[in-house]
Amino acid sequence: MSDAKDNLISIFIDDVEVKVPAGINLVDAAEMAGKEIPHFCYHKHLPVSGNCRMCLVEVGTPGRDRATGEPILDENGVQKIMWMPKPIIACATNASPGMHVRTQSNIIKHCREGIMEFLLLNHPLDCPICDQAGECRLQEFATDYGRGYSRCAEDKNVKPKRTKLGPRVILDDERCILCSRCVRFCSDVMNDGVLGFTERGSYSTLTCFPGRELDNNYSLNTVDLCPVGALTSTDFRFKMRSWFLKETKSICTESSVGVNTVVNSREGVIYRIKPRENVEVNDSWMSDSGRLLYKQVAMESRMSDYTIEGKPVTPDEALQEAARLLSSGKSAFIGSANSSVEEQWMLAQIIKKTGDSVPCWLVAHVGEGDGFLISEDRTPNFRGALLTGLTDKMPEDKLSALGAAIDAGEIDTLFSYNECPIAAGLSVEQIKKVKFIYMGTHHCDASQYAAVELPGLTVFEKKGTFINQQFRLQRFEQAVPSEGTLNDIKSLSAVLAAVSSAKSVPECVDSIWQAMSQSIAPFKDISFNSISDNGVLVDGSAFEHLPFVEGKSLHYEPKA
Amino acid sequence: MTMHQKEHRVILKHADEPGYTPDIECYLKHGGYANLKKAFAMKPEEVCKEVELSGIRGRGGAGFPAGMKWKFLDRKSGKPIYLICNADESEPGTFKDRQIIHKDPHQLVEGMMISAYAIQAKLAFIYIREEMPYGAKLLQKAIEEARAKNFLGDNILGSGYSCELIVHRGAAAYICGEETGLIESIEGKRAYPRIKPPYFPAALGLYQCPTIVNNVETLCHVVHVVENGGEAYSKLGTPGNSGTRIWSLSGHVQNPGYYEIECGKATYGDLIYDIGGGLRPGRKLQALIPGGSSSKVIRGGERFQGKLRDGTPFDWGVEDIPLDFDSPMAVGSMSGSGAVVVIDDSVDIVEVLANINAFYAHESCGQCTPCREGSLWMKKITTRMCKGDARPGDADLLASIGDQIAGRTICAHGEACAWPTQSFIAKFKDKFLEKAQRNGERMGDIPLI
Repeated sequence: MSDAKDNLISIFIDDVEVKVPAGINLVDAAEMAGKEIPHFCYHKHLPVSGNCRMCLVEVGTPGRDRATGEPILDENGVQKIMWMPKPIIACATNASPGMHVRTQSNIIKHCREGIMEFLLLNHPLDCPICDQAGECRLQEFATDYGRGYSRCAEDKNVKPKRTKLGPRVILDDERCILCSRCVRFCSDVMNDGVLGFTERGSYSTLTCFPGRELDNNYSLNTVDLCPVGALTSTDFRFKMRSWFLKETKSICTESSVGVNTVVNSREGVIYRIKPRENVEVNDSWMSDSGRLLYKQVAMESRMSDYTIEGKPVTPDEALQEAARLLSSGKSAFIGSANSSVEEQWMLAQIIKKTGDSVPCWLVAHVGEGDGFLISEDRTPNFRGALLTGLTDKMPEDKLSALGAAIDAGEIDTLFSYNECPIAAGLSVEQIKKVKFIYMGTHHCDASQYAAVELPGLTVFEKKGTFINQQFRLQRFEQAVPSEGTLNDIKSLSAVLAAVSSAKSVPECVDSIWQAMSQSIAPFKDISFNSISDNGVLVDGSAFEHLPFVEGKSLHYEPKA
Repeated sequence: MTMHQKEHRVILKHADEPGYTPDIECYLKHGGYANLKKAFAMKPEEVCKEVELSGIRGRGGAGFPAGMKWKFLDRKSGKPIYLICNADESEPGTFKDRQIIHKDPHQLVEGMMISAYAIQAKLAFIYIREEMPYGAKLLQKAIEEARAKNFLGDNILGSGYSCELIVHRGAAAYICGEETGLIESIEGKRAYPRIKPPYFPAALGLYQCPTIVNNVETLCHVVHVVENGGEAYSKLGTPGNSGTRIWSLSGHVQNPGYYEIECGKATYGDLIYDIGGGLRPGRKLQALIPGGSSSKVIRGGERFQGKLRDGTPFDWGVEDIPLDFDSPMAVGSMSGSGAVVVIDDSVDIVEVLANINAFYAHESCGQCTPCREGSLWMKKITTRMCKGDARPGDADLLASIGDQIAGRTICAHGEACAWPTQSFIAKFKDKFLEKAQRNGERMGDIPLI
């Protein structure tokens, strides 16, 4: 970072001097200066193709005599700017010291009008029924730079409609402006070159190679990349107009990569999840599988009732009963790397108060990593469990030692939070042998045997933080309200208050952070609201000795 | 085909001699490969120097000095250097390279191997258009013959320098004549021209290595540069326009064909009326396309006044324009690939443009917006005009579409498709306006692509 800062150079965009890193392209440079250079094909995280020609600008450089290298001066003794004879594309032009750029001249205005006219020439203009309407670059730039009327008296080209490119992506070739973003994403980012163009000229048609399908687990990124409504998501298509959607910043819980996301919802219903740019974590990408996780909110197996011995009770009754069970006899806890940092901290406090000598049990959820944005650890927050003191060792595949302790009669009460004990290797007999408190979002195989059931919230219904594989502390916000279910932190604080003699216990994310920033060294000076959109790296050096399961992925190298 | 007295044949010296065959024995009998031996006795830099001294300019269309192009090669990168011969001759009206390849393929092979040695290329390619299957076969045979005699391949003539020559056939796309499109095509990709900067072939060409792409005729001239020495060669033609050029003459002339003429030593009038035998009886010159269909059209009877680059004033009629590189440029057009298309007053000029537009719309690769959309739009308009639905506003609309394309595309195909429309409207606006008055007349049976 410091290198880039040292290499700042001065360029002049529309006669305003701006300092930009040397070598940055002019689209990004203008953005830094608060100026928009419109573009369709350029994308920060894709190779430059320069085909849309929307970003044409006039560029001049300080003149130097070719023979002597001396600056060429004008009559006022100021170095003359040698303007290039033709406009050039900003996306493929790198800033050089003293460069002058015109983004608003009459020539450039004429260029943009021309490009807009050409792009709209064969475009169906079916915005009223197009999913992209409202978030369409073509629509936006047509408003900003378009002519507003058509000079074309000819018939438009006819191309394939509703082509199924793969299980999750549908293509409308007539809307396609041939920017090749999707093609470049597949070939250059995914190394899975399934998309290409057939035909030539204006009849060019985007399609899959014969016998191939756009079916990789990142195919929906092509939909995000598509500046128009050519590529649409089978899942989202025709479900909701984009301008009705509320955007909430969130974090994907698919794995310990901690992909940054935006949750789109309306009136308490989530319609889709899109990636949010974070150049330190996921660039602009996310997996298709991660986008489906919102479906867990309205799943049939969702837990909603507070129960004692299977009978519905009020939340308060259930929480008091849970606290009573935890206070009487020996308790064991199964914590979770799926819980937020705040929840893990609260659980750790409860464990401390109930005087349990048994450490908190954590269950491993390991899968195959894809080397990109899904890591081997399929939980979002194991590092949080380490830093909050919930555990100090790796999670286990099967909790056989816990089972043995139950068999030996050493455990009276088992509290399982967001984990199914049966999936973690305990037998039904073992669960029946103890008083089982289950707190979770969904019913599991074991929940029917629970003495107390405490419903919890999904990541979309609460706010909090996760710590990803890089020890990056990242914040997620509440996207949709939860009806009838208490926030997990509220439930845990009620239990904590009941099992401890403390006068007040933290009841919200902010007060938990107040407590944590004082007691946990790596969290010093951090408050919930101080965590930026790109997250904060926290010191995880105390845990360097642990054999973390993650292999290499985008922006992550495991320690040798 | 007998040689006209105004011709000066260097490249095609033997091509049309009776009994001259495209095999190596015949070539050797006529002194073939002597210049290869001569070049290999020189240092590579010396050969480059001679080429620079000769002032030879690219015969493919742009007329860029070949010696300077070679100088741009990035030799610091340490990457292998490639030489590519552009034999994708497809500019409508051009048929000169075909003569060389069909009648004297060894001359090209010799020119390529000398050039490859001069720039120290690791590998050389001939990219030949799909429509010349016989030419590809002849070249393949010539390469095998030359390899058998150690004129190419390993350790050429014991010099320690090795270079293979590969014939690569295109798949029938005009855009493959654009050098970066050609390079993409050799790499096995769709021939989308690359953006420049950064992909100048001399630095980031074939497989991202320094690459030189030269036209067939240009590479053949290298043989004669070595034969005569650069200095002596540069005396051929006129200063700045050295050597001979093969002009492809077509259209409404009595003797269409290819004519090799010393640059600047004859005029378009000489070519059309003297060498070409003139127009058909009773016909007048309506239009002249001076350098391939993409060059800007000249109207019959036009007069041009101005100053040449060296300051000499000129006052030319169409027939007075010298046949070289700079003169057609001085009158606002270009000599391009040397394809001269003569159009007499028997044809409808709108139909001529409709045909040209159909070609460029068909050949636009579709990569960048202005050319992709603009070329087809212009085709649709001129086709409609020819089908009896011309409108008074069409001329201005066409010109403004052309203005929205030229200078704003990735490659020169933007200019190639815009210039005909822009120049036809500029020179023949009256005919386009008139067309809207006589909408009853339907286009004849001229098939559009």
